[in-house]
Amino acid sequence: MGKLLGLTPFALYVVLFLGIPTALAVVTGFFTADGSFTWANVAGIFAPNILGTFASSFWVSAVTAVVGAIVGALVCYAMLGTRAEGALRTIVDSASSVLAQFGGVMLAFAFIATIGIQGLVTVWLKDTLHIDIFANGVWLYQVPGLLLPYIYFQVPLMVITFMPALEGLKKQWAEANATLGGTRWTYWTRIAAPVLAPSFFGSLLLLFANAFSSYATAAALISQGAQIVPLQIRGALVSETVLGRENMAGALALGMIVVMVIVMWGYSVLQSRTARWQR
Amino acid sequence: MTSNETRLGSEPSKVVRWIILGIVGLVFAIPIIAMIQFTLRAGIHGGLTLDHWTGLFAPEAAVTYRSLFTSISNSVVLAIVTVAIILVLVLPTMILVHLQFPRLRRVLEFICIIPITVPAVVLVVGLAPVYAIVVQVLGGSIWTLAFAYGITVLPYAYRAIQANLDSVDVVTLSEAARSLGASWLNVMWRVLLPNLRRGILAASFIAVAVVLGEFTIASLLNRSNLQVALLQISQSDPYVATIFALLALALVFVLLLLIGRLSSSRRNRSAS
Repeated sequence: MGKLLGLTPFALYVVLFLGIPTALAVVTGFFTADGSFTWANVAGIFAPNILGTFASSFWVSAVTAVVGAIVGALVCYAMLGTRAEGALRTIVDSASSVLAQFGGVMLAFAFIATIGIQGLVTVWLKDTLHIDIFANGVWLYQVPGLLLPYIYFQVPLMVITFMPALEGLKKQWAEANATLGGTRWTYWTRIAAPVLAPSFFGSLLLLFANAFSSYATAAALISQGAQIVPLQIRGALVSETVLGRENMAGALALGMIVVMVIVMWGYSVLQSRTARWQR
Repeated sequence: MTSNETRLGSEPSKVVRWIILGIVGLVFAIPIIAMIQFTLRAGIHGGLTLDHWTGLFAPEAAVTYRSLFTSISNSVVLAIVTVAIILVLVLPTMILVHLQFPRLRRVLEFICIIPITVPAVVLVVGLAPVYAIVVQVLGGSIWTLAFAYGITVLPYAYRAIQANLDSVDVVTLSEAARSLGASWLNVMWRVLLPNLRRGILAASFIAVAVVLGEFTIASLLNRSNLQVALLQISQSDPYVATIFALLALALVFVLLLLIGRLSSSRRNRSAS
């Protein structure tokens, strides 16, 4: 019993700063500003403009997850057969972690410098190829502008999460394929693809969740308006003019958690199917 | 060996490998190069200059960028307190669970992974009322934000320490030390910590990296850390903001490179 006491500081900490905030985030959506129960906020999620932001979040996350997963998987494939402790892998791993997890605001700066109105690539395209990427208006500070920066952190995340699965492919399988007269094509389509599929789609879901919950890059790029769900939450949290908007933030948070729980549940199911091959 | 593998079809040929890595590497280098070029721009009309970099060391810079320097020191304080939370709260709990309550391992793992499912922007909705109370009890100084950061770091720190716990036979080590008459404090300090050094270092570095890059919680709770200040200053002086973003990026890259070296030297040692 005395030993169980040793767990209390951590338990207390997690309850205070993870349990209570999560519960509050889920529950506040069901109350009005003066504390009485209401369905209004949750019903508010289904207002056309809010549903529109959920739709935007969905397609930005889906597009960047698919592109990120495919490009990331290609990079992983290219690194097959290099030494895990070698310089190449160490550098790619570290660079991937930096870009996947700590980009945030910095990514917004990078893409303003690249494809902003005076960006390096924008100007170069205009001067040498006479292509004006903003001929139909500046889209960098709109939802489509999120695609490139998001892909920029999705690809590295794919590299980190998918590489272990690719490395789990056993040499013997390739040898068996070769001795039985199989080709490179049969190896990849008949052996590697089925084995890798759960892990690939699991990583894809993780990438989706990552983009769906990402806030910093969007907040730094889009200072006006609330085109995706995290920015809606910002709008609801910092709004001082409309009272009771914090409770709307609660409803939005609830909506996000529902999506995240479904996606992460799918991820863990696929992960447990992957684990079978990694022994 | 490599050529043999290539013939079997399980690995890409050298040419294919370098074509893929070359193209992706190039595309990914462009935004970074654009950032560096941006910090060297003389103005709208072109030309390159080092003025934006040298300006940082001018005597009046300390005044001009005071809010930025304050926020950097805020981020450093937050990094230190967050690492302290990991070392004082998370690490002992993980060791205790590993040694005494093996049944709780899955529970602990589940708790530590939750922050991945609860995004920071969702957590902050519930953190706002919690911090209203924290401010009353502990005051409004910046370090209290580290409580929230400890949570966001939890999944990474857990993974780093757990990997180390799994690779060392902690149970046998501590039982051996106990049977030789060492107190629990002695076991912890002289047996366990030295063996878990790499995991602890990796967890600390990753905590520092996460805290230096954190924007969501600080910004939505109206606190100023490095990233919040960078976004603010980018409106008036985008050059300096970009310079500091690059520096932070380089620093975090080096930290993670060190983690990589730590874990690979562990792999080498266990292989031999």
